[in-house]
Amino acid sequence: MSQFLQFLFSGVTVGATYALAALGFTLIYNASNVINFAQGEFIMLGGMLTVYFVNAGLPLPLAVALAIALPAVVGMLVEKLAIEPAKRSSQGAEVVSLIIITIGASLVIRGVVQVWLGKGTHAFPAFSGSEPIAIGGATLLPQSLWVLGGTALIVVALWLFFSRSLAGKAILATSYNPLAAQLVGIDTQWVLLVSFALSAALGAFGGILLTPITMTSYDVGIMLGLKGFVAAVVGGLGSGLGAVAGGLLVGIVEAMAAGYISSAYKDAVPFLLIFVILFFLPRGLFGAKITERV
Amino acid sequence: MKRQRGLFVLAAVLLLLPLALPNAFYYDIVIRMMINAVVVLGLNLLMGFAGQISLGHAGFFGIGAYAAAILPTRYGWHPLAAMLGGALLTAALAALVARPIFRLRGHYLAMATLGLGIIIAIVLKNEGAYTGGPDGMAVPALGLFGFALDGEKQWYWVFAANLLFSVWACRNLVDSPFGRALRALHGSEIAAQVVGVDVARYKAAIFVFSAFFASIMGSLSADYVGFVTPNVADFFHSIELVTMVVVGGMASIFGSVVGAVLLTALPQALATLEGWETVTFGAILMLFMIFLPRGLVPTLAARCWRSR
Repeated sequence: MSQFLQFLFSGVTVGATYALAALGFTLIYNASNVINFAQGEFIMLGGMLTVYFVNAGLPLPLAVALAIALPAVVGMLVEKLAIEPAKRSSQGAEVVSLIIITIGASLVIRGVVQVWLGKGTHAFPAFSGSEPIAIGGATLLPQSLWVLGGTALIVVALWLFFSRSLAGKAILATSYNPLAAQLVGIDTQWVLLVSFALSAALGAFGGILLTPITMTSYDVGIMLGLKGFVAAVVGGLGSGLGAVAGGLLVGIVEAMAAGYISSAYKDAVPFLLIFVILFFLPRGLFGAKITERV
Repeated sequence: MKRQRGLFVLAAVLLLLPLALPNAFYYDIVIRMMINAVVVLGLNLLMGFAGQISLGHAGFFGIGAYAAAILPTRYGWHPLAAMLGGALLTAALAALVARPIFRLRGHYLAMATLGLGIIIAIVLKNEGAYTGGPDGMAVPALGLFGFALDGEKQWYWVFAANLLFSVWACRNLVDSPFGRALRALHGSEIAAQVVGVDVARYKAAIFVFSAFFASIMGSLSADYVGFVTPNVADFFHSIELVTMVVVGGMASIFGSVVGAVLLTALPQALATLEGWETVTFGAILMLFMIFLPRGLVPTLAARCWRSR
């Protein structure tokens, strides 16, 4: 039982990061129908930049703030310099082209970090010590509480943003129907820009919280991003609630499989999960039934 | 006759090229270009005509490569039988994955193939007892009719014939009823559906076909190199293949060849700039998609045609 609890703790912790990444995918997907392959790189940027700023002698809170702000700027740059021109081009960008552009962006980000900060694996000390807390025979790292608390805070903040603020409602309106949103005076260009900034910041925040537990390096983005996407699909692409539930589910299933079956195949588990979901529940857990007009 | 002009030009280039190749090093580069060109041809049918991306083609290539290594060494299969066995296994796997995914709207295939590719790479690394683990394993030489292929010069003709045949086959495929259905699908999926094209079935068929292509080339290249490592199934290899399609031009058969030639040469040119390869590939992908979304060959062809 205590073993089960232990696996559950580690699954929920890493699952919370997947949930943040999945929320990032969901935001951009809703605003533009683009699946942003660079999402994982924002997670990596969060961790790597914090390490860089902490080593440069900045206090941790400032380092964290910068490591959230910079990826947000990078996200906006990707949108402004790559997605927008492609959407405007005469070809009327197909979804495939947009996906390829985000793959290109992710390679550029990863490559630049590799050249700039090297291939080493890094971490910074946990926010409040690393003395494990014993619960029911299992142990929990204080940093895990930070991860869970941080994620919960973000989810509540996002919910308030989307349900109470005008800006949030404008984004929601755009995701329902871009043309109608434009007609009532919403600047959909701006919505797209904000979505990229917001989802980059979400990813970076998750990356920062997780780094003291799992360490980081220039190439962690691919896996984390992919698992975030799996989480988004498992939850039902486009659903915020689904993204969070999917993230936690993917994290827990992965941790259980690593513990009880084989840790060598831990990384394969989320992808097997996505095949199972696509076979039996093609809309995911919370995905809406879509009828499309031609 | 006019239709076949491109094919004759390609055949002439392939025939004359050995005269210009000074040593085995250059032969090796050209052979790698030809291997990539054939895999890219298959991938281009999927990307160009079905409008879907596979980010796991290196995984299919890897299955072919490891089939050529494992089946003859551990089970005594003939290398040609191993090649076919690997290709059939790959096709079966692709078919299993394709059906449910193509029934969905949106771009699940990109992620599903990415996941599949990663699973294949993980299996190749972890099943050391069969695959030799991260260190890889040797591949027995490929013999044909009691005569073993050896050296870059002999292999050159094998791959040249292979490339020529593949280009010919792809062109015929595109012009066949099957190809017409694919092109209809590319134009408008809904319209194609209305005139009775089973969209999901055609997309799945082309996906399986291109995976089969990749596996065959994986086996051949493993036979040629004589050694395989899990790196053949690497994610970056899949990205390279997609970049080749994009640069040459989606839905362009000769574009595939041009893309493969240019991007196989690129890492040689970048060898001095270590670490910048990833950035370069990423930048090329973005720049082409933004400024030249149709790729080199179709854009140039359109320009020549207009100026005439």
